[in-house]
Amino acid sequence: MVTHDSEGAHAHAAPTGFIRKYIFSLDHKVIGIQYWLLALFSVFVGMFLSVMMRIHLVWPNAHIPFVENNQLTPEQYLALLTMHGSIMVFMVLTTAPQSGFGNYILPIQIGAADMAFPVLNMLSFWTTFLSLVVMISAFFVTGGAPISGWTAYPPLSALDAIAGPGQGAGQTLWVIGVAIFCGASLMGALNFITTIIDLRAKGMSLMRMPLTCWAWFVTAILGLLAFGVLLAACLLLLLDRTAGTSFFIPGGLVVSDKIIDHKGGSPLLWQHLFWFFGHPEVYIAILPGMGVASHILSTFSRKPVFGYRAMVHAICAIGFLGFCVWGHHMFVSGMSPYSAFAFSLLTMSIGVPSAIKTFNWLGTIWNGKIQFTCSMLFALGFVSLFVSGGVTGLFLAQPSIDLFFHDTYFVVGHFHLIMGVAAIFGIFAATYFWFPKMFGRHLNEGAGKLHFWLTFVGVYAIFLPTHWLGMVGHPRRYADLSGATFLYPLIPVQKFISIAAFITIGSQFIFLFNFLWSVKKGMKATDNPWHATTLEWSIPSPPPHDNFGGHIPVVYHGPYEFSVPGYADDYVPQHLAPEHVAKNKS
Amino acid sequence: MNSMSDSAILDEIEIIDSGKGSGVPPRDGGDDDSGNSGRRSPFSSRRYFTGISLGLVAIVMFFMALTSAYIVRKGLGGDWRPVRLPSLLWVNTVVLLASSLTIEVARRRAAARLESFRRWWALTTVLGVAFLVGQVIAWRQLVLAGFYLKSNPANSFFYMLTASHGVHLAGGIIALLYVGFRVWERARITRDAAAELASIYWHFMDGLWVFLLILLNLGR
Amino acid sequence: MPRERSGASSTSSSTTTAALLALLLVALVVVSVFFFAKKTWWFPPAITAFGHEVDAQFMRTLVIVGVVFVLSQLALAYAVFRFRDRGQRATHNEGNQTMEVLWTLATIVLFVGLGVMARNAWAEVHFRPAAPDAIQIEVTGQQFAWNFRYSGADGKFGRLNPKLVNASGGNPLGLDPADPDSKDDLVVPVMAVPVNREVELLVRSQDVTHSFFVRELRLKQDAVPGMIIRVHFTATEPGSYEIPCAELCGLGHYRMHSTLTVMSDADYQKWLKEQAAANAP
Repeated sequence: MVTHDSEGAHAHAAPTGFIRKYIFSLDHKVIGIQYWLLALFSVFVGMFLSVMMRIHLVWPNAHIPFVENNQLTPEQYLALLTMHGSIMVFMVLTTAPQSGFGNYILPIQIGAADMAFPVLNMLSFWTTFLSLVVMISAFFVTGGAPISGWTAYPPLSALDAIAGPGQGAGQTLWVIGVAIFCGASLMGALNFITTIIDLRAKGMSLMRMPLTCWAWFVTAILGLLAFGVLLAACLLLLLDRTAGTSFFIPGGLVVSDKIIDHKGGSPLLWQHLFWFFGHPEVYIAILPGMGVASHILSTFSRKPVFGYRAMVHAICAIGFLGFCVWGHHMFVSGMSPYSAFAFSLLTMSIGVPSAIKTFNWLGTIWNGKIQFTCSMLFALGFVSLFVSGGVTGLFLAQPSIDLFFHDTYFVVGHFHLIMGVAAIFGIFAATYFWFPKMFGRHLNEGAGKLHFWLTFVGVYAIFLPTHWLGMVGHPRRYADLSGATFLYPLIPVQKFISIAAFITIGSQFIFLFNFLWSVKKGMKATDNPWHATTLEWSIPSPPPHDNFGGHIPVVYHGPYEFSVPGYADDYVPQHLAPEHVAKNKS
Repeated sequence: MNSMSDSAILDEIEIIDSGKGSGVPPRDGGDDDSGNSGRRSPFSSRRYFTGISLGLVAIVMFFMALTSAYIVRKGLGGDWRPVRLPSLLWVNTVVLLASSLTIEVARRRAAARLESFRRWWALTTVLGVAFLVGQVIAWRQLVLAGFYLKSNPANSFFYMLTASHGVHLAGGIIALLYVGFRVWERARITRDAAAELASIYWHFMDGLWVFLLILLNLGR
Repeated sequence: MPRERSGASSTSSSTTTAALLALLLVALVVVSVFFFAKKTWWFPPAITAFGHEVDAQFMRTLVIVGVVFVLSQLALAYAVFRFRDRGQRATHNEGNQTMEVLWTLATIVLFVGLGVMARNAWAEVHFRPAAPDAIQIEVTGQQFAWNFRYSGADGKFGRLNPKLVNASGGNPLGLDPADPDSKDDLVVPVMAVPVNREVELLVRSQDVTHSFFVRELRLKQDAVPGMIIRVHFTATEPGSYEIPCAELCGLGHYRMHSTLTVMSDADYQKWLKEQAAANAP
């Protein structure tokens, strides 16, 4: 048994100086909060970019201060779009649920004093920070941010400024930023997996791990396998851009009547490499949310997770299948129609574990005693959004139907619901749930409920009509709606979406103020305010530097022993020895 | 707390947990150091072995991506003009293979025969540096022979793959220096554990080079 | 052990919240079903046999997906209201093996079956090559315009030379006048095809990736630089249809646009002659 207390990972004593304590901290809890704050900053940047996009789209002549001629240009729209996607995917959806909450909660939930490699942990945060700085700096170089979208398809992304403004220094910075992010994510993934394999407390068998830990575990494995591939792709793209190689640029290209001096590369090669990373990335974003939803639905229904084993198997199946379906992003790219059909069937089959999870979530709350905390509301919202965003995937997975929907707003609606909003709901559910543990105070429940109602209605008001734009065939990434006549009748729908977006984004400030206020003034939290079972609730809120105060937790129970017949309380903490569990008097 | 007898509690648990092993204290935990593996110190160094294995998995994925790009790009044909591999590469290969032998000799002496360990370890480091220097010279030879990075996809891949390997190997050399110079008395893992970790990485880099050499040769 | 009631929810506020959430979920179902059933926003009518088949497969999928969606959301709404905290004790239940097996099998049959059913439509355009007598039209995407090349009377496309590309000088594709095959090649910025004749497109790009998209054909094909990708269709309804670009290709992506006109064979022959005359030097 590892002795985490004295000579374990926390051999480093609690630091005292401000810099060692809050900036270059080795403590997984501080690093978790750092990641979380980085994601919070990034999500507001990303939302600001989308506000600008939505304004430009429906009021192209609107007066925008601080830009040239007080008007946004089509290329600026595309720059906003590219950066919105990149920042949201990398800096929010990848960092907050995994690196943020995973870092803070995972070691405590498995009964460890810290992550396996604290220094590596600190390095991966600061590398992520550096990558954010590099990526955002693309806005401030000549030509501005890149306009090739977050998928950066070459040759557009591989040629320089001749292909468009932003394709010069901006695109180069983007590639470097993403490459740095890959490095950071690999360090993080390695740390997570090692922590789970080697640092579990006595009695914490794999099948006693909370589903959150399972989700973080599988997500880390996906990250470990996927980010190396993206790193390789970025390296090749960078060489094409700066060293004149031709990995992705074919010969004979003529841009603006000018012959491009490259030959023989394959644009599809990038698409294969990118989506080999890109599809697992979708699950990197959503799996932690699934874990959190299972955890919270069980806690606030006062019932065990329905079909715990099936849930574990479903997480693993999704993780595995996630690597077999990248081709469904390329149905119209000119890949072999036979592989397209194979990818299609594999993609349809990924719906199976997803459906299993949904049924089990419903089974979990069925016959429960549902307590509507903000955390629970967001978890229930997650289930609804996961279903809505998931079912549309069944259209897109079929190549013949995808021929129509590919690169239309239907796809935009689909992935925003499932990968964007559902994942964000997972993050919010986690935030309301663990905030008392992290800061020793509760978020205000009233403000939280208002935040939930506005967000829940708002995201559907944005993304349901988005699907309908796609039904009409509205292509995505259009800076202007004058491009095709069939777009004109859709302008009112676009306006509706814009207004819904402004209200939804505005209501996020309720959360921001709630957060800032509650850190200082919120209701004091007890050690276990939710009467939950897992190990983080067995220690003070906030936890001491070494988590368990020098005492080694021993685990005696499964993670979700709620409402067990015969026991006085409706929950049995994992660390409570059987002889200490209070029985019914009868 | 209640006054039921122990056996009653156990019965209760059996019913409640329906054979999930709950209530039965520690069986499958995480880091279990009660084992008898000689190389483990009181602080388990197992995590470092897990970590290095996972790191190698990530490196494998990185090079697999480059390899598949190589195969796809070569399959497109047309302008593929094979690189004439300089014969110096074979010398470098021998140097690197030799370093794998010397690091193995060194590792076995890390626990007991310190002076001998230091000599063999230093020799390994020198061989590693020699390999890198040799690689740079091979590049110079290719450039002088007119094989530039951008003149042909085969060249691009040659430089890119050898450079990627070189960077990873340079990381290995840093690890060798660290293990060689660090004072281990106050460290949480022992010198021989550290030496073993470094040698795992080193052997892997050796194998990776052989793989790349075969790949580049098939590309001719 | 703490004995106080957990959470902040009292029974009455619990009922209000549960009712509101359940109502919102029902409203979501009603709104979605209403607009999909009313087809307020819908694709334009298909003009190919393939298009009709895609639409049929879409409807099959919509029904299945719709049932899954409606039942799941309504079940969630029901559970949220029915099992709200009213001071009861939750029923301890850790799962049900039989149910897990049942719904796993059911979803496999449903989803994979749907995927297999989609095969026919896909095979129609992609597994089978175009008939030998199909009209060939070369489609070239470039920032930010479509160009369509007809091979003329000889049925052969002339050689292209990137060095000769001069969009403003009237040679957007770099057609090589030295090649006799190129003499009668017709390059136009709009596309016309005869009705009920099979047409094979040779889709290519001159600079970055574009995507050829005609909604009424239910057809989309990326134009990938360095590749010539063949797709085919037979339009059955005369009319004029828009061709937007569907793959991000740069700052003018939104205005990269052309028109496909499907016309009678006689009109088509006339159109070819007119265009050839207009293009003649």
